[in-house]
Amino acid sequence: MSDPKNGEDLARQLLDIQRKEPGSVGIEDVSLVVASIMDAARKELAGADKSVLQEILGLSDYIDGTKREIAALRPDEVKSQHLPTAADELDEIVAETADATNRIMDATEAIMGVMGDVDEKSGEIIGDASNKIFEACSFQDITGQRVTKVVKALKEIENKVDSLIEALGDEIATFKDAQPEIAAEQCVSEITDESLLEGPQLSGEAMSQDEIDKLLNG
Amino acid sequence: MSYDVTKPILVVDDYVTMLRILRNIFVQLKFTNIHECTDGVSALQELRAGDYSLIMSDWNMEPMTGIELLREVRADEKLKHIPFIMVTAESKTENVVIAKQAGVSNYIVKPFNANTLKSKLVSVVGEF
Repeated sequence: MSDPKNGEDLARQLLDIQRKEPGSVGIEDVSLVVASIMDAARKELAGADKSVLQEILGLSDYIDGTKREIAALRPDEVKSQHLPTAADELDEIVAETADATNRIMDATEAIMGVMGDVDEKSGEIIGDASNKIFEACSFQDITGQRVTKVVKALKEIENKVDSLIEALGDEIATFKDAQPEIAAEQCVSEITDESLLEGPQLSGEAMSQDEIDKLLNG
Repeated sequence: MSYDVTKPILVVDDYVTMLRILRNIFVQLKFTNIHECTDGVSALQELRAGDYSLIMSDWNMEPMTGIELLREVRADEKLKHIPFIMVTAESKTENVVIAKQAGVSNYIVKPFNANTLKSKLVSVVGEF
């Protein structure tokens, strides 16, 4: 016969989880519930029911293994390093294309300014060509809107990663402690041929030509 | 009688680059009285203060979108007669349907060219 106290404890535990996170359950909480069921089962199951206990034990091991594997993927690093870098690069694309577009339009307006100084046919050719340049410049508006959509998608991914980190609880710190050589590797920024191929730098991080000249000639 | 290109027109877009592109194309089309706003709220104030003959607006703007501006214009006794052309990258069927229901005069999808702009202008205000 089942012990009513075990049932009450489990019900209380489930109620606490429901109060804490309505609509979602963290991996940590699922683990606790499975552990409670196993605890209760150990006390109450016998004979043939032992196979059920084995299944639950297997499920518990599976959850623990999954937690360790997700922690090893280092979702905290995705949030702290990769996502902000991607967003900064996209902002830089918008700023640089806007700057280039404005410079193209400055030059085109200067050309249009001399339309009156040339004969009618040449003026028409200059006018048509200028129009085509202005039309082409509208790419900046379109790319800007597309990039904004991508930045929003990155924000959404960041929120999901946040939830994942929260659900993993201390598992990430446990993984780091257990793999000190990996953590140390990530701290040392060794210069390799591959690390020198990062493409254009963000404006705040890039060296100016003057700085490069000083470095070369210093 | 052809449309008078010296009448004031209002171009609304939150991308300053796009305002500049539109202004230059309008200049090429011989328009001489081009005013600009970067959002729907300031556009509405400008419209109420002025005497505009045409509105050309983007859709995706904050805090007031182009469709909200269109509804405000059509609900205003003084402004509701002004032709309103939406110039936007929003090209889904439902956008066009909603704009039509709100009383848009024409709809240009970005990116566009000067010929498209001119043909839409002619269909809305007549030859100029």
